[in-house]
This record gives sequence, C-alpha cells and structure tokens, in this order.
Amino acid sequence: MITIKGLSKIFHTKDQDVRAVDDLSLNINKGEIYGVIGYSGAGKSTFIRLLNRLEDPTEGSILVDEQELTSLSKGKLRLARQEIGMIFQHFNLLWSRTVHDNIAFPLEIAGVSKAERQKRVDELIELVGLKGRGGSYPSQLSGGQKQRVGIARALANNPKVLLCDEATSALDPETTDSILDLLVDINEKLGLTIVLITHEMHVIRKICHQVAVMEEGKVVEKGEVLDVFLHPKKPVTKKFVDQVMGDPEKETSLQLIKDNYQSGEIIRLHFVGESTNQALISDLSRKFEVDVNILHGKITQTQKGAYGTMFVQFDGDRTEVQRAIEYIESTSVEVEVNPHV
Amino acid sequence: MFNQWFPNVRMEDMITATNETLYMTLVSVAGTFVLGLLLGLLLYLTGPGGLWANKTLNWITASVVNIFRAIPFIILILLLFPFTDFLLGTIRGPQAALPALIIGGAPFYARLVEIALKEVDKGVVEAAKSMGAKYSTIIFKVLLPESMPALISGITVTAIALIGYTAVAGAIGSGGLGDFAYFYGFQRSNFDVVFICTILIILIVFIFQFIGDAISRKLDKR
Repeated sequence: MITIKGLSKIFHTKDQDVRAVDDLSLNINKGEIYGVIGYSGAGKSTFIRLLNRLEDPTEGSILVDEQELTSLSKGKLRLARQEIGMIFQHFNLLWSRTVHDNIAFPLEIAGVSKAERQKRVDELIELVGLKGRGGSYPSQLSGGQKQRVGIARALANNPKVLLCDEATSALDPETTDSILDLLVDINEKLGLTIVLITHEMHVIRKICHQVAVMEEGKVVEKGEVLDVFLHPKKPVTKKFVDQVMGDPEKETSLQLIKDNYQSGEIIRLHFVGESTNQALISDLSRKFEVDVNILHGKITQTQKGAYGTMFVQFDGDRTEVQRAIEYIESTSVEVEVNPHV
Repeated sequence: MFNQWFPNVRMEDMITATNETLYMTLVSVAGTFVLGLLLGLLLYLTGPGGLWANKTLNWITASVVNIFRAIPFIILILLLFPFTDFLLGTIRGPQAALPALIIGGAPFYARLVEIALKEVDKGVVEAAKSMGAKYSTIIFKVLLPESMPALISGITVTAIALIGYTAVAGAIGSGGLGDFAYFYGFQRSNFDVVFICTILIILIVFIFQFIGDAISRKLDKR
C-alpha cells in the first residue's frame, strides 16, 4: 500500500543542517496497522508529515497505492490528500464549527453535495459513537470525544490510509484505550491501512501488527510486533519493550525468589504469542502430580496473542516434575529450568 | 428647563450633526473593514511561514501600513485634499472626510487583523491542508471564521478611533458633531453646545462598544 524508499528530510537552521529523517525505507501492507515508535526528536513526527507532504521531502520516494506522491503537482496533491486521512495529537478541530460541521468540512472540500454530506456525516457520527452530539461545539466535548470527531473527520472521504500523529498522547490511559479500540474497529471494518506514530509502547502492543523503531531519523529495527517484543536487538527497542513489560530479571530479583523457594524447581516460562497454550498451568496440575506455584511474572496481549514471562515453582516427585517440564517443552511455550540470576 | 440650561442648543442642528457623524462613522467603518481585512490578510499570508510567504511583498505591505499609520490624522486629511477633490469633486462635507477616514483607519485595523489571524491555531490550518483544502478554502473557511471574534473586537476598537477621527475632520469642515462643537460651540463661546456634542459622541461610542462586544461574544464558541 505504501512503499517508502530512501526518504530524507533535511532542515536547514542557522547553525547546522538537521537530518530529521535519514534515508528511510519502509513497506506498509494494505489493511495493516503500522506503528512507528521513537523518543521525541527521533524524527517520527517529520516522517508522518512527509507521508502526506505536509513537509516536502529532501529526497526519496513515497508510493501510496501505486501513486508517486513526491512528484505530484499542487492540484494533484490536494486530490491525493483527500485519500489520506490524518488525526492529530491536539485534535485540531475548528472551534467555530459544530461537531457535525467539522465532520462535513472535508466533504465540502471534496465538493460533495449538501444532501450527501448530511447522510455521510450522520453515518460517521454513528460510527465513532457520538450519536446525539452533532450539534455540540468542540469546546463542549471531552478530549476523547474530540478525538472521535477527529477520526470521523479523517474518515469522511473514505481514505485508503489513516495517519495518526500521536493521536492518543494527550489523552488519559482509559480514554487512550477506548480510542485505540475504535481504531482497531475501523481497521477491521473498513480494511483501512493505519500508520501511527507514538512514544508509548503500550499503543504499539495493543493495536499494531508491525512496528518500526526510530532513532536519529533512521529506522533501527522493524518487524512484526511480537518478534520485536520477543527479540529486541537495539538498546532503544529494549527500553521501549521494558516500558510495557517491566524488566522481569531486574525486578524482584531472581535471587530473592531462589532464596525463598528452595524446594522443587524454579522455572521460567516464556509465552510467545500462542493462544492455544494459555491454559498451560491448569493443564499441568491436571496431568501431572506437581504443585505449581506462581512466583512472579507479567503476561500481556498483543494483536498476535499473549506475550510475557512468568516464574513458577514446581514441587513434587522429581520424575513427575521432569515429565511436566518435558510436556511444556513439547508446546510452543519456551521453558528454562533454574534460570541464572 | 432644557432651554434655561442649554440656551444655544437647537434640536434640529444637533440631529443633523449626529446624523452626519453616524454617516461618516458607518461608511468609514465599512470601508475600513474591507480594506483593513485585505491588508491584514496580505500581511499575514506573506509573513514568515504564511501560505504565500514572500519577503518582498510582505515588506512592501508592512511599509505602506506603517507609513499611513505614522501620519497624524489631521495632516493626512490635508495631504489627501488633491485625491479627495479628484475623487469627489469637493473637499467639504461628510463625504469628503471618507477617503481620509478609511485610509487612516485601514492600516490600523490591518495590524489588528494580522494579530487576530496569528492567534488562529496553526494545527487547524495544517488539518485543513491535510484534507486537501485550497488556499482560498483555508482563508474563507478556516482563517476568517476562526478569528471572527477577534476581527469583530478589532473593528469595534477601530470604529471608536474613527468616531474620534470624524471629530478631527470637523476642523476642515466635514460636518458632524466635532465640526458643530468647534465652530458653533467653541468659537462662539456657546459652551452648552460643546457639552451636548460631547455627550452625544460619548453615547455613540458606548453604543458601538456595546454592539461590538455583543456580536463578538455571540460568535465565540471557544
């Protein structure tokens, strides 16, 4: 859907040239939710603004649905932009217009007739769950509701791509989750390709299929969200993963667990996105004569299933414990006996 | 009672003078609004980071605005005599004051327009761009509506300045309350006339301010 090749953006300032985006190449498939994560200053904001040419790239090419964006004339670019919706951190609604008229604005730009606008706006208000609020002004809405208006507005012209510029960064955690749910819902219902940038790994974990990690204008790591969670290669990626998972080895140190639980075996289980083995613990206690004692851990859900690490203690007859471990090894859950500190 | 306190005040003269002041004010406010809006938009759009960012054009516009704002109004009227004469065929009466009023008021209002437009959230303009809006759409459907309360407060402030200017224009015989207060009041030592003219001007100022505030408040949905 989107093919980006050798994309660079250089800002010339008085003292120096800043390479905000540096020789960046990415492939984003149709219907995918693609997350770009990075700390502030990593260039992710510039990157997403290049995708609809709010910033003009210094070099490189951007292909959206077979159309080369970088070479478009102003008039053609305006038409292309109608097929790329965008939502913003601070919503950027027109305060002088009602919810209804805000959502109608892109339709006015696209030259849709009044009757059709009316119909489409009503559909969109329904879709984002704001029924009955059409006549309100943005100042009368909460942050979450404002972002819903932003989403409805971005979807008005049936875009192929939705760009989300830190869309949940100004919202509280609960509202963030409801907006993310809405985005997933839209992604599944409309098959819309979504590109989002964020500094919160939580957002990536919750809704993205693919993730790219940006640092100093470059993509330093990319891939399926689960793979990146599982085997983060770069230090910056590890930091982001720890943001969501905590660092189990550092937390409540392993040594403490070993000191407190001397009998049996300490076992580390690593869940890697399989939904079939989620009943593993009850399975074990049913099939084998072992006591399973949960000591420490965190499991979280991604779009591709559960992911996380758990420390358990197996107590009981040695051969029975051994059989239980062999059983786990036959599943997709990774297991490590007596892990090192 | 009234005749005893204000022996020299004749009602029909007062009404004529008030009408002339209102006429000069209303027409010059309308003219100033249009011309000031154009100049203000030009200042904003050609300014740094504007939609038509253009250093030369911005410098020229800013210079014109600054020069006309720098000239004291009484001198501006005198300087514009040839222009007014060419345009209207006379340099006396309420109509003859209009070119000077508008040319004096518009640059002042243009700066207020520029400030009002600068207050419009850049993000909203960016959002409109991301939807594929043309510049004209951005100007008429984003910039102007979003800055409307400030544009209205600005024209209210300008209108009150213009009411003051109409009185100054009286010095060259434009008619109106200022003219009347000076020639029939002050020069003939009829201070009751000066007093009543002052009261009437204050009243007009209050009414303009009240209407301006009411409209601005009604439009502001923030």
